[in-house]
Amino acid sequence: MSTAVTEQHGLRTGTMAQALNLALRDAMRADRTVHVLGEDVGALGGVFRITDGLTAEFGPDRCLDTPLAEAGILGTAVGMAMYGLRPVVEMQFDAFAYPALEQLFSHVAKMRNRTAGKLPLPITVRIPYGGGIGGVEHHSDASEAYYAHTPGLHVVTPATVADAYGLLRESIASDDPVVFLEPKRLYWGKAEWDPAAAVEPVGRAVLRRPGTSAVLVSYGPSLPVCLEAAEAAKAEGWDLAVLDLRSLVPFDEETACAVVRSLGRAVVVHESAGFGGAGAEIAARLTEKCFHHLAAPVLRVTGFDIPYPPPMLEHHHLPGVDRILDAVARLQWEE
Amino acid sequence: MTVLDHRNQPAEAAPVPGWRPGATAPRTDPAPLLPDAEPYRVLGTPAAAGTDPELLRELYRRLVAGRRYNQQATTLTKQGRLAVYPASTGQEACQVAAALALRPADWLFPSYRDTLAVVARGVDPLQALTLLRGDAHTGYDPRATRTAPLCTPLATQVPHAVGLAHAARLAGDDTVALALLGDGGTSEGDFHEGLNFAAVLHAPVVFLVQNNGYAISVPLTRQSAAPTLAHKAVGYGVPGRLVDGNDAAAVHAVLTEAVERARAGGGPTLVEALTYRIEAHTNADDATRYRQPEEVDAWRAHDPVRLLEDALRERGLLDERLVADAAEQAERLAARMRAEFHTDPAPDPMSLFAHVYAEPTQQLREQADRLAAELAAEAEAEDGTGSGVPGR
Repeated sequence: MSTAVTEQHGLRTGTMAQALNLALRDAMRADRTVHVLGEDVGALGGVFRITDGLTAEFGPDRCLDTPLAEAGILGTAVGMAMYGLRPVVEMQFDAFAYPALEQLFSHVAKMRNRTAGKLPLPITVRIPYGGGIGGVEHHSDASEAYYAHTPGLHVVTPATVADAYGLLRESIASDDPVVFLEPKRLYWGKAEWDPAAAVEPVGRAVLRRPGTSAVLVSYGPSLPVCLEAAEAAKAEGWDLAVLDLRSLVPFDEETACAVVRSLGRAVVVHESAGFGGAGAEIAARLTEKCFHHLAAPVLRVTGFDIPYPPPMLEHHHLPGVDRILDAVARLQWEE
Repeated sequence: MTVLDHRNQPAEAAPVPGWRPGATAPRTDPAPLLPDAEPYRVLGTPAAAGTDPELLRELYRRLVAGRRYNQQATTLTKQGRLAVYPASTGQEACQVAAALALRPADWLFPSYRDTLAVVARGVDPLQALTLLRGDAHTGYDPRATRTAPLCTPLATQVPHAVGLAHAARLAGDDTVALALLGDGGTSEGDFHEGLNFAAVLHAPVVFLVQNNGYAISVPLTRQSAAPTLAHKAVGYGVPGRLVDGNDAAAVHAVLTEAVERARAGGGPTLVEALTYRIEAHTNADDATRYRQPEEVDAWRAHDPVRLLEDALRERGLLDERLVADAAEQAERLAARMRAEFHTDPAPDPMSLFAHVYAEPTQQLREQADRLAAELAAEAEAEDGTGSGVPGR
């Protein structure tokens, strides 16, 4: 993917939600083929206001309020992309995307392959995802493993305000379909950032914090938790590095392996269920590639293997600092 | 009482119930949405006199070739030359006549049984079979031929047609999309969502349901309780047409009207074509388990090729030369199919990695290297120049 960020904005303070909104706005200004569609994206500006003001600026055709039907939304986007548009689809909540999975798996992910490259589908599927906001059931699923398991899709998730802007611009500019997972609980975190400053491209992991003892490998909503854990670990005498994958597909094996080989100890952290989760793939891959450099097994800290719990119990499910530190303690592996 | 029964009743302004907010969309009288009480027919009716003789001859040539294509493809499955073939024998008129109602710039969205429609669009008859032969997913260029890949999941191509038609309209083009599906497909959610989107977006798209009586083994009575599948259109606020799917001229007339209506900004139409699948679902199916031979025989008597042939003879439009030409053309096609499918194709194994992403990921590059090494080792072993891979 190529970085498409060219606009000059200057340094600003803003939230991830605002950065995403600006990314959509700039992408639509830069390319007339970019069309946004979804339920409530128009007058309301989306339930999270990510599409705020787009219909006012670009009209109801380019920011289209659709009937409430996820398969219909994504299926319509497939046809639009076949005719040369770049649709950006909003799925209102993570679990609401499931009716569209057949379109995603059977068509969006495969059309390039089915047509020997003649019909690539440049569709971005934005999905507010993950828990930690007190949502009731069906509003907090972390579903990245389904998407990452489906060849043909890119799976991207930002953890910083700057990445939210940069990665979304790149995803929209990509000729391949991208599942763009927006960590809901990071929507309102403020940061100072410069939209004109290029970020690392999709598919490149970024070391958010250097360290000498072990590395926490994570992405999206769990990244700030890892940074917090690394800070707390200092009291235990641990100097933890934190690696932000930023995209699961492509997976930056090179960077992840380099860090793991140099430190010999790693913990993979995510909030979705552990069994068959992205962490299982990452841990297996790091073990296969870095086995002789490891001083301990690659450990995983994940959510439990349960349906997403009611909001009053979600803090027990979501990996927190203590659970991460507990895993770090177990990295002091003895034969 | 069906919606059809309302047709002759005077429309009266119903009082607005007190609970209903004022700002609702204008409500449509359902009666004009279903103009056909009985399936619309042309052949054997006075309307036939008005049909262009050259169109009828063209339909005849294509139906005869299509029938032969179905027979030859089925034979090829028995010889193991095709992995599978869902024959459209008995449904040739629907497919050919519908495709001929489109202009070259229009788009067709076929399902797996619609190879004849794909061929009628101008796709090479053999390239239309690569999916079923098993050597490639789509043998033709969808963009060049304005023909989407043959769709295997049911009704998922319906919203694609809607999206493409919508995008074409936004671009200011007068392109129309035609989605083909079967009776079983109307039970799928994507059929509903696609029609609803089409209606709300007022998209220039036409849906043709080839109702052939069975979704594999399940008869229409277990598929839908609607009086006709055309009735389903009323719920979306779009016109539904019912046509005799074995009457090629009727299908062409109804589809042409719907396509040109869409082109002129009139919005979508749902057409139900009543037809019958003479053969089993595919060569792997045993149709005798779920239907009686008498039923099949009754439909054979209403064969689309024979209907057209009789109509042409009646009007004096069928001379022996046309019969001979059509038969010869069909035989040439069958001979070409036999010749080209005589041997197994040899698709390039490395093509597995060619079109997963615009650029392969690191992991895919490694997997491609691994396969290349396996192929090299195999080649070496076959050459006898090496001992092959130990332990295998």
